[in-house]
Amino acid sequence: MTPLLEVRDLRVRITLPATTVTPVDGVSFSLNRGEMLALVGESGAGKSLTCLALLQLLPAAASLAAGSTALLDGQDILALKGEALRKIRGKRIAIVFQDAGASLNPVLTVGDQVRETVQAHLPVTRAEAEARAISLLGEMGLPEPATQYERYPHQLSGGMRQRVMLAIALAAEPELLIADEPTSALDVTVQAQILALIDRERRTRGLGVLLVSHDLGVVATRADRVAVLYAGQIVEEAPTRELFGAPSHPYTRGLLAAIPRLRGPFVATSPMPGSVPDPASWPSGCRFGPRCPERFARCDTTPEITRHAPGHAVRCWLSERAR
Amino acid sequence: MNRWLLRRAASAMGTFLLACTLLFFLMRLTPGDPLLRLSEDRPMSPEALANLRAHYGLDQPVTTQFVAFVGGVLRGDLGASIEHGGRPVVSLLRERLPASLLLGATTLLLNFSLGIAIGAWQARHAGRRSERWVDLAGLATASAPSFWVAIVLAWAFGTELRWFPVAFMYDPLLPADASPLAHVIDYLRHLVLPAATLTIVTVGVTARYQRATMLEALAMAPVRAARARGLTESRVRWRHAWPNALGPMLALFGLWLPIVVSGSVFVESVFAWPGLGTLAAEALASRDYPVLMGTAILIAATVVAASFFADLAHRWVDPRLRTT
Repeated sequence: MTPLLEVRDLRVRITLPATTVTPVDGVSFSLNRGEMLALVGESGAGKSLTCLALLQLLPAAASLAAGSTALLDGQDILALKGEALRKIRGKRIAIVFQDAGASLNPVLTVGDQVRETVQAHLPVTRAEAEARAISLLGEMGLPEPATQYERYPHQLSGGMRQRVMLAIALAAEPELLIADEPTSALDVTVQAQILALIDRERRTRGLGVLLVSHDLGVVATRADRVAVLYAGQIVEEAPTRELFGAPSHPYTRGLLAAIPRLRGPFVATSPMPGSVPDPASWPSGCRFGPRCPERFARCDTTPEITRHAPGHAVRCWLSERAR
Repeated sequence: MNRWLLRRAASAMGTFLLACTLLFFLMRLTPGDPLLRLSEDRPMSPEALANLRAHYGLDQPVTTQFVAFVGGVLRGDLGASIEHGGRPVVSLLRERLPASLLLGATTLLLNFSLGIAIGAWQARHAGRRSERWVDLAGLATASAPSFWVAIVLAWAFGTELRWFPVAFMYDPLLPADASPLAHVIDYLRHLVLPAATLTIVTVGVTARYQRATMLEALAMAPVRAARARGLTESRVRWRHAWPNALGPMLALFGLWLPIVVSGSVFVESVFAWPGLGTLAAEALASRDYPVLMGTAILIAATVVAASFFADLAHRWVDPRLRTT
């Protein structure tokens, strides 16, 4: 079975006055229908640029490097242009951004923004699109959707706005949803509700979901698989259960140790020292090397990502040594 | 909303009165005596001069004159012209206003439609070589003196090519029984050069404003989100980006609006356009203070009213402002 989305060797370059950096440096993953893949990493790891690159929404200074491909049902969407690209955006791949307050247009009513998305992709009249928009708002859990339809974004709470963003994202029944930190700006109870909504669409309609988060705790209960991104590269990818149970990369272990535990005896969380290096000064050899507690001589050379169990791939010399 | 409206109206009124006060005292500070100028070639007896002074209230202390002046302004009485045989200033203004309105409204229409189109094109192609040339051209035309542009256009398209008339608002020799269409065409032909001049010297500013605000709006998160949901490029630009770029444009519209009333003193003078600009120029030359004051007050009132309406329009465009 061909996967819904297969990303191969995605590279994003940013041209700075003095130099060119590659904040996304050879990211590959695949995603099936009805599957939720979580992309996890600290800020600066390249998560958001990966999302924007897939829909060709990169800022002007950034560009895709040659050789990057993203196959949607076998079709390379990174090569699309103009009208063909427009018909993919929102129609087959939808995206929800972190800050719904900033992503909704302040001068248009929320209903208008749902309706126009319906009209952009489905052969419906304005009245039909409006009816569909109202029912979508209702499905996303907005009380009195017909009233909310007429309201402006600033009149809604953060959680309501994110529900509107989801209604927009699902307006044209996409096959793939990219959710770029959809809940980071919300408080915890609302976070859970939004994730449950996304999960419901995945289960009922077979929506493929790429969930981006800096918080492993958020993805633990929902995602089927997790890919950990560090310094523009995936360092570990595994089924969620396996990743949490048997993390192989020292970075993944560090991330897990930083999650506070709710059950069992109290264990102090141990934050990892340091932060993601700047793309302009990535270390040679293993990029996690300088922060790694288990560093050894071989880490001065660059490790490749290798599969060491079914569905479990790691970019670390340690896992090779263990075999 | 209503409280905002009241507060904003009160502040507009205050600004207008402040402008009137400044104008009044500025005018008193200028040297020259209109009565002496009138009697230059025909010396008057000191008694006759004193009588005239008393007639115009010029023998009163400045404070008394000021109170009488403000009272007059509020009642819509701007005094009588000294040069035009004692005609009320208001009636002179009323006579000249339509010509200026015609020229000004045409200019404003051309200015904004062209300026927005050029600026939006520039924003779309920002940084391109051709765009940089357009930018430079806008800067050059905006810094050209209006009277110079007027003279160049009058020479090129008037005296040399003879395409358009170079003076007045209509042809006095056109028979009165000519068809209405002939009259309209005559007005339009006279309108071309003055309107073109005023548009040329102002459109560059509008285009630069539009370019900058549009670039800013296009970089906003909602615009990226609109693009992400597969809307057409023109919808992204005009429905999502443009309304967010409109605030500064409305303020600019408020700044240009006085052109509608006063035209431009220079441009009207060059083309002998019978508007308020020429009236003000004549009044300045003859030290006809009441007329000069009258035009200045009318312009002040327009500026204040324009910024008031620009704010009102901005609230209408941006729903976030309506809640305060």
